[in-house]
Amino acid sequence: MATVSLPLSRTGRGRRKSPLPGLSLTLGITITWLTILLLLPLVALFLKSVTLGPTHFVDAAFSRRAIASYELSFGAALAAAAVNAVFGLLVAWVLVRYRFPGRRLLSALVDLPFALPTAVAGIALTAVYANTGWVGKPASAFGLALAYNPVGVVIALTFIGLPFVVRTVEPVLTDLGKGIEEAAATLGAGRWTIFRRVVLPEILPALITGFALAFARGVGEYGSVIFIAGNMPFKSEIAPLLIVTKLEEYDYAGATAIATVLLLSSLALLLLINAYQGRELRRRSA
Amino acid sequence: MTITVRNIVKGFGNYPALKDVSLDIEDGAFVALLGPSGSGKTTLLRIIAGLETAEGGQILFGGEDVTDRAPQDRGIGFVFQNYALFRHMTVAHNIAFGLDVMKRSQRPEKAAIKARVEELLELVQLPGYGDRYPAQLSGGQRQRVALARALAREPSILLLDEPFGALDAKVRRELRGALREIHDRVGLTSLFVTHDYEEAFALADKVAILGSGRIEQYGTPEAVQKKPANDYVREFLS
Amino acid sequence: MSAKNKATSEGLVTRTLLILAAVAYIALILLLPLASVFSEAFAHGLAAFKAAIVDPDALAAIKLTLTVAAISVPINMVCGVAAAWAITKHDFRGKDFLISLIDVPFSISPVVAGLMYLLLFGAQGWFGDWLTEHNIQIAFAKPGIVLATLIVTLPFVARELIPLMQAQGREEEEAALTLGAPGWRIFLWVTLPNIRWGLLYGVLLTNARAMGEFGAVSVISGHIRGETDTMPLQVEVLYNEYNFAAAFSVASLLAGLALVTLAVKSFLEWRHSDQLAASGH
Repeated sequence: MATVSLPLSRTGRGRRKSPLPGLSLTLGITITWLTILLLLPLVALFLKSVTLGPTHFVDAAFSRRAIASYELSFGAALAAAAVNAVFGLLVAWVLVRYRFPGRRLLSALVDLPFALPTAVAGIALTAVYANTGWVGKPASAFGLALAYNPVGVVIALTFIGLPFVVRTVEPVLTDLGKGIEEAAATLGAGRWTIFRRVVLPEILPALITGFALAFARGVGEYGSVIFIAGNMPFKSEIAPLLIVTKLEEYDYAGATAIATVLLLSSLALLLLINAYQGRELRRRSA
Repeated sequence: MTITVRNIVKGFGNYPALKDVSLDIEDGAFVALLGPSGSGKTTLLRIIAGLETAEGGQILFGGEDVTDRAPQDRGIGFVFQNYALFRHMTVAHNIAFGLDVMKRSQRPEKAAIKARVEELLELVQLPGYGDRYPAQLSGGQRQRVALARALAREPSILLLDEPFGALDAKVRRELRGALREIHDRVGLTSLFVTHDYEEAFALADKVAILGSGRIEQYGTPEAVQKKPANDYVREFLS
Repeated sequence: MSAKNKATSEGLVTRTLLILAAVAYIALILLLPLASVFSEAFAHGLAAFKAAIVDPDALAAIKLTLTVAAISVPINMVCGVAAAWAITKHDFRGKDFLISLIDVPFSISPVVAGLMYLLLFGAQGWFGDWLTEHNIQIAFAKPGIVLATLIVTLPFVARELIPLMQAQGREEEEAALTLGAPGWRIFLWVTLPNIRWGLLYGVLLTNARAMGEFGAVSVISGHIRGETDTMPLQVEVLYNEYNFAAAFSVASLLAGLALVTLAVKSFLEWRHSDQLAASGH
């Protein structure tokens, strides 16, 4: 047996090196882009938080006013995401399963919150739901105030989060096809049973993902909320607004502390969502 | 152009796909690389093409070491299993691609390129198909276009990865004959990968049987059939 | 739906109710607010609308918004394409981490994003002293606005292209390689035509967000009227002054842009759905 002769250049054991060119250039661009725009600012924020020292940080990040703002931001985001989970599923179902005039229009509209600037959404929602608005006026006749309070916040976040559930569930519903429903029908199941026991479990992962995405987006939302919220400290002040208020008072330390709390929760949520999606992907392809 | 494969080693993670592979292919030969799925035959073909890098060993074309040379500079034609036609280009543009991307100093005139495309379409028996798009062609037709495209630059070596894998039996037989004829006419050195030994025996001058990371036997179809080198080969041919 | 298959479809009544419920939900949450923008904008007639638009501050805001978009969209497009090429056509350690990193701006509150840049480039920021020394203004000036816009629009193009290019695989590029094409030609002649609609869609989303970004820009801009007020900020300013007609007039321009974005997106989905990733944003 001849001995193995080693030529000049070698790649690592078992690593597939793509023959396509351009890696160093594109990777270089990508890393520079991400470092300047993302990593550097993140580091600056964390370092500033760290230099506050633990006591000062905790005082600023968990003051009574800050906690009230977290409760509102997280609570309203949760409520809005829940509403969107139910109705978003409805919209996705209707768009995928039924044909009716205006379906395309409806589908296009679902993406409006992605395309419309948040400030425009904010003043528009206020116009509609304030007690002089198209919906707010009849509502106030029933004693319901839909703006300038936490309810307004939930409405705004429902607007913002609407596409997340619909767009995450749609492809799954489309891929599902009729096969398993037909099988269940031959076994004697009625429509509601089929939906509850056959369809829902299949789309649950997508529903959860959409819910989580809508929630994550809602927590940090600013522009669409501040017009309809009322912005009263301790009552209807969202966390991002508190940050802006602190900045206007030149309390950079306070602003940074609260921002760090928000950032860490966003990153944690992102990790959870990615981990969940990854697990689902593996489970499905196994 | 001769192809010399010397002691090629390649693993994937912990799996040693190719342990020590050596092969000598004569100029103008039509060789089949045979083996079951997962035996590493496509990997070996891609290493010869330069689409993958081996961990050890050398590849020589006509005695020249091309181990570290980029695929663009190896002067090969490669036919992919799934054709890899450029879906948004016409058949004519697909075939002309290898000529269109040449450096200005080496590129033929437009008219010459056009003529060559026509010539190749005739060769693969698809005259007049130049303006169609890959999506409009059948599997067998796409394979012919892939072949024509690979031949456009007049390579001295033709590499084919399971060229008839996705086609039905009748089309396969037609294309087999066409491929052999083209090989003989153009005078290429051809190496094609397949798991179908009947095909290999019908087409090739010599077959190389790859198993457990090594070439188990390399010889004419008759020799391999009459005198299998070991149990592995015998098993494979049964 | 062609055949009325009783086993796998709801009765007509149920279906109609569900459709109406879905439409009502969309109308309540999306359609009414959208309509109100235009209704309020033209509430005082066309002349008032025009006057609001040609107001010097409004024009300055429009100009600034367009400038910021014209700078940030191409940058994120080029970098997004580069990232997608590196990730989908190559294999390297840390690829998954890179992909997650690209997703991060999506989950950061825009206010937090703006704050991060203040901490870097503000007067008391890391580079604050250096910048004052060299007389460069980033925070509370146009460059800061561009930076804030860049980070919030960072993921769109990459997120659109990565699943698309992954699904398309590398074979066509490898074929081009064996035919002698150099890298840039492979990208321009083989890859780009296959991704052009996905790229257009990503650019569209990037632009919509770039022109509409509010929170991050609000923090970094300093709200200097006529100078660092983008259109969304101008809307806020006018609204807070109770100048509702003017606020909605400027807002209607942005809403119009949103509608154009949606229309083009619909068209792309109708004609070129094979190139659009179905990923939830």
